[in-house]
Amino acid sequence: MYIDSIKNGYVIDHIKAGQSMEIYKYLKLNELDCQVAIIQNAKSNKMGKKDIIKIDKELKLDLDILGYLDSNITVNVIKDDKLVEKIHPEMPEKLVNIVPCKNPRCITSVERGLDQICVLTDRENRVYRCKYCESRIN
Amino acid sequence: MKNLIGIEDISVEEIDELIEKAKDIMKNRDKYSEKCKGKILATLFFEPSTRTRLSFESAMLSLGGNVLGFSSADSSSVQKGETVGDTIKVVGGYSDIIAMRHPKEGAPVVAEKSTTKPIINAGDGGHNHPTQTLTDLATIAIEKGRLDNYTIGLCGDLKFGRTVHSLVTALSRYKNINYIFISPKELTIPDYIKKNVLEKNNIKYTETTDLEGSIDKLDILYMTRVQKERFFSEEEYIKLKDVYILDNEKLIKAKKDLIILHPLPRVNEIAVEVDEDPRACYFKQAEYGRFIRMALILKMLNIK
Repeated sequence: MYIDSIKNGYVIDHIKAGQSMEIYKYLKLNELDCQVAIIQNAKSNKMGKKDIIKIDKELKLDLDILGYLDSNITVNVIKDDKLVEKIHPEMPEKLVNIVPCKNPRCITSVERGLDQICVLTDRENRVYRCKYCESRIN
Repeated sequence: MKNLIGIEDISVEEIDELIEKAKDIMKNRDKYSEKCKGKILATLFFEPSTRTRLSFESAMLSLGGNVLGFSSADSSSVQKGETVGDTIKVVGGYSDIIAMRHPKEGAPVVAEKSTTKPIINAGDGGHNHPTQTLTDLATIAIEKGRLDNYTIGLCGDLKFGRTVHSLVTALSRYKNINYIFISPKELTIPDYIKKNVLEKNNIKYTETTDLEGSIDKLDILYMTRVQKERFFSEEEYIKLKDVYILDNEKLIKAKKDLIILHPLPRVNEIAVEVDEDPRACYFKQAEYGRFIRMALILKMLNIK
């Protein structure tokens, strides 16, 4: 299978196999008007299988979302056909309006105008909790 | 400590200070009778409560202060659709300190961002109830003379019982406490309390369904009510509500200096006959709640 290289944009690499559609959804890539390629189950020496997303556009990529979803991801920044930077997104300390709290008893389920804030409470086990009710988010 | 949202907002030193102050208030009531003159406590109870609200109001009145507020969401602007944030912004202008209870978990976090006045969480759903924990700690300190070195049994609904979660979290900071968690399998203490509070601090605990088999080991027995409002299914509630009933017969094997605590209200889990037993401390506990809340109000208003 052959997919064109990109001139200016991003190659999101080392995505855990099967997770690319989730990243596509969180990054709202469906709203872009440029070419976006999703490659699933690509061969990988390190991971066995992996997913890759290519975005043929310079845009403000939300690294917090990527760090939250999978901190093993590599973001390759491409400018004028060249790899100019490799970014390894880290788990953010806080997520704002990205993941809603699912606890039906949480104040976020009723209070209007309230930001949905999740806080990293256990880095080792990648645990995020709602800032308000402290329920586990992930 | 500007606001009291969860028990972790208070240091061990501050807890000791509050308990000492509560003891002093109990001995010297007149000395404190006008300490809050001219101050207003707002008690905003978006969910009905008898004990906690009256305890706060009694505490403020005993300090010579005034009280205003509402006792259910039906009698507040919430019914018109007002947010917690807006209600608190308005009431912050009418009062010097706010005690609030809300059925939604995390509501006091919204409140503390909406006013400069001190906020006391008087219970948010099944989440936190720090002044009950302060009451429990004060009762143990007064009745046992210490907050460390004992075996405590916590019995009943350990899954939804916020008082249990807060108490275990608070006690984890004191030395040499052995925990026995007594509950039906459906209502065991949550994993996050075991992992994040107990195991993280190398604290010993055991879990059992057997109250009678454990009672002789206990220095403190903390009974809890199975709370109907925490269940989505009536059937599940009925199945579990009367699993543990403490009565005189079960107390035969208990230590003579055991103390029995309960955050109240009680339903069936402690037989009325136990009230006459000198080891029953739950009504004294409710009274200590008033004095520890007096100490807390003074501290949060920076009044010596």
